Amino acid sequence: MSTPLLETRRLSINFGALAATRNVDFRLQAGARHALIGPNGAGKTTLINLLTGVLKPTAGQVLFKGSDITAVKQADRVKLGIARTFQINRLFRGLSVLENVYIAVAERLGVAPSMLKPAGRRQEVVDEAMALLETLKLADDAAHRISELPYGRQRLVELAITLGLKPDVLLLDEPAAGVPSTESHIILDAVAALPREIGVLIIDHDMDLVFRFAQRITVLVGGAVFAEGTPKEIAANPDVRAVYLGQAGHG
Amino acid sequence: MTVQQPGLAGHPAAVALAGRHRVRLWEPIPWILLLGFYFAFPRYLGFGTELLTTILFAISLDLALGYAGIVTLGHAAFFGAGAYTVGMLANHGIWNEPITSLILAAAMAAAIGLASGLVLLRTTGLTLLMLTLCTMALLEEAANLGSEYTGGFDGLANLPIPPLFGVFEFSPLFPTVQYLYCLAVLFLCFVFVRTLVYSPFGQSLTGVRENTLRMHAVGAPVNQRLVICYTISAALAGIAGGLWAQSNAYVNLSTLGLDRAATVLIILVLGGYGRLYGAFIGAVVYLALSHFLAKPYPTAWQLGLGLLLVLIALFARNGIIGLYDQLAARWRPRRAPP
Amino acid sequence: MIFGVDVASMLLGGLAAGMVLFIVSVGLSVTMGLMGFVNLAHGAFAMLGGYLIVLSMREGLGFVPALALGFIVIALVSVAFERLLYVWLYRATELDQVLFTIGLVFIAIASVTLLIGPENQQLTLPAWLQGQIDLGIVHYRTYSIFLIGVGVTIVVALWLGFERTRMGAQIRAAVDNRRMAESLGINIGRLFTITFAFGSGMAALGGGLGAEFLGLDPQYPLKYLVYFLIVVAVGGLGRVTGVFFAALLIGVLDFVLKRYLPAGGTLFIYALTILLLLLRPQGLFGRKSA
Repeated sequence: MSTPLLETRRLSINFGALAATRNVDFRLQAGARHALIGPNGAGKTTLINLLTGVLKPTAGQVLFKGSDITAVKQADRVKLGIARTFQINRLFRGLSVLENVYIAVAERLGVAPSMLKPAGRRQEVVDEAMALLETLKLADDAAHRISELPYGRQRLVELAITLGLKPDVLLLDEPAAGVPSTESHIILDAVAALPREIGVLIIDHDMDLVFRFAQRITVLVGGAVFAEGTPKEIAANPDVRAVYLGQAGHG
Repeated sequence: MTVQQPGLAGHPAAVALAGRHRVRLWEPIPWILLLGFYFAFPRYLGFGTELLTTILFAISLDLALGYAGIVTLGHAAFFGAGAYTVGMLANHGIWNEPITSLILAAAMAAAIGLASGLVLLRTTGLTLLMLTLCTMALLEEAANLGSEYTGGFDGLANLPIPPLFGVFEFSPLFPTVQYLYCLAVLFLCFVFVRTLVYSPFGQSLTGVRENTLRMHAVGAPVNQRLVICYTISAALAGIAGGLWAQSNAYVNLSTLGLDRAATVLIILVLGGYGRLYGAFIGAVVYLALSHFLAKPYPTAWQLGLGLLLVLIALFARNGIIGLYDQLAARWRPRRAPP
Repeated sequence: MIFGVDVASMLLGGLAAGMVLFIVSVGLSVTMGLMGFVNLAHGAFAMLGGYLIVLSMREGLGFVPALALGFIVIALVSVAFERLLYVWLYRATELDQVLFTIGLVFIAIASVTLLIGPENQQLTLPAWLQGQIDLGIVHYRTYSIFLIGVGVTIVVALWLGFERTRMGAQIRAAVDNRRMAESLGINIGRLFTITFAFGSGMAALGGGLGAEFLGLDPQYPLKYLVYFLIVVAVGGLGRVTGVFFAALLIGVLDFVLKRYLPAGGTLFIYALTILLLLLRPQGLFGRKSA
């Protein structure tokens, strides 16, 4: 088996007495479409925070392309190729859509520290940002400020920023969260159209989305891996269904 | 993967971004006015010089506060550092050529800015605010104690500043040379700041200010950017302080005090921070009002200032420029046909 | 022997000053820890309380009743301020909070100067607090002992309040993690009003108690602003015990340095603060926030 793109070994984190993540062994392959599901409070976002370096584990390792990155800071992990979206949008609200994506592309290209030439004249950055917006059908909104957009399109910008980083691994934390059902198809289409080579891990509660999108599913309960397998295996797993029966009226 | 679409470069958003840095029609106006002031009010050039150094000081703060979001009540530390560098070098007969002294002032202030920035900017919020205050207070206390070098409480007076380029004399009674000298330096510094603000670096600072967490998540070395910005800001404040010392031919503890730091903050907020020209507007309005009201009615002035600050915080957080923007937004729809 | 007495009486003086610092600053620490609101006007409440206490004593009121009056009146006044003004800025940026509270300080200073005058107000201690107490070998200033006693009583009472009462537990929970506390149903807004009132009342108390040696003039809120902030930051936001020890530390240091290092004492304190906060940005007793 080839080296997984992103891997954790016995990853754990405690907040005081609370074990939020327990001995998680997780593997994400290149080109994977992997979903992470579980009841509320299962520790899904915590796991993403551990994978991206926002949180430091109390035990265990995180590996990227075989190398131990457990001690690597968040910004440096992004430079390595791990990008994530947030459950609640983290955008530059006062700036235009184009400027939002520009910032991400500029960081990646190493253009950001330059002080002399005007930002708008950096043609390579502008072109790439615009092309990205075009693929996500956001080009028409490029000049609008984030605060002027409906929430669904804002969520799309969140995705655009991450794609501007040209990551090898993309971690999507509930990409359609908060998006009205009339707009959620934009997100779903964008997720379906993601580049083939990158490994994608998606957290979501919408089981339709999850089962349509995922090739592999990991179920997290109480911070530990409860079950893992193909969608068929997970759907047929009686324990998984029992865990979810307790979560009435959700998804 | 990216295919160059020929139409995209012409997209309105791209064009807007490309043209963002272009000099707007009204931008020469402040400079024309400042130059005109020289000819129109030859007897107020002392006030004018004070105005110019204050504008530069406010611009330096704008870089740190308005663009990078560093809330500091201790920026006078760098103003004073620059002022005292010029003052001490001149007073002790070590060096007093104006332009190079200014460069030394900037270097000294930058060094202090770098050292303090490296350590302070790891903190945020109240802790950071407090540490900026502490650093400034520490420098002020040091200047007070080192009276052998700094003149202590009385400061250093009658600084021997030689003529500029050996030709133009700094006359304390007729500060014509000082005014034009300060104006020239202000202009150069302003061009530098303006370029910086529109550069990708400036864009990233805006990103840090708007959403620091997101900047971390796009791989930006946030702390490094903040430190660089803070150092540049300190250097500019140092230049302002150096100019002040050269123009007045003296330096004292007031260059390092909470009073000066709080005043420049008020001036910047009054005009509008993060808008480059807010410093100009704020300085003009504040210094003009202060000139007429503060001396004869100090207590009433303080009361009015307090009320103004409360009102700004509640209703006009973007200062005069912000108010203008709001009014302009209300005018535009009425002018354009539906 | 004399050296020993000297040090002891200096320590005592420093402890007494530290107690006053603690009493004034504890309210600031808790409200900052609870709401994250940068209230640079806290010293103004201390000043107003001090003035109220001193002036009412001039009108014939006893020392202790005056202290009580100061506490109650300023606490009530602060509630008005909080409900009518502060509440609009809880979601505002730090800069706006700084501007707003500095504005309040200016208004307070100017108002006091206009209404009462710029001079320092002298507080005459009641007879039973003047002079010295003979404790065997040494004589200690009665007032210093009194202040230490009051300070210790207050910190113990606060500690009990925080550890043993439900409201105390709520405050502690909210300081540690506001969002979680809210989701548990704790009414943060009401909690904050009560804490703010109590804290401002304490500040008023401290202003009166300290008037004798910290002085009382309109510049008080700005003169001592850095000290209050140092005590709060070094102690750790929202940590009563932290503020207590930080205040004592600063008080004693200040006294000792004034005696042995008169030039440079304040400088030492600033440098020490910077060093401390760099090593532990959350303060000596604070907890690292997420």
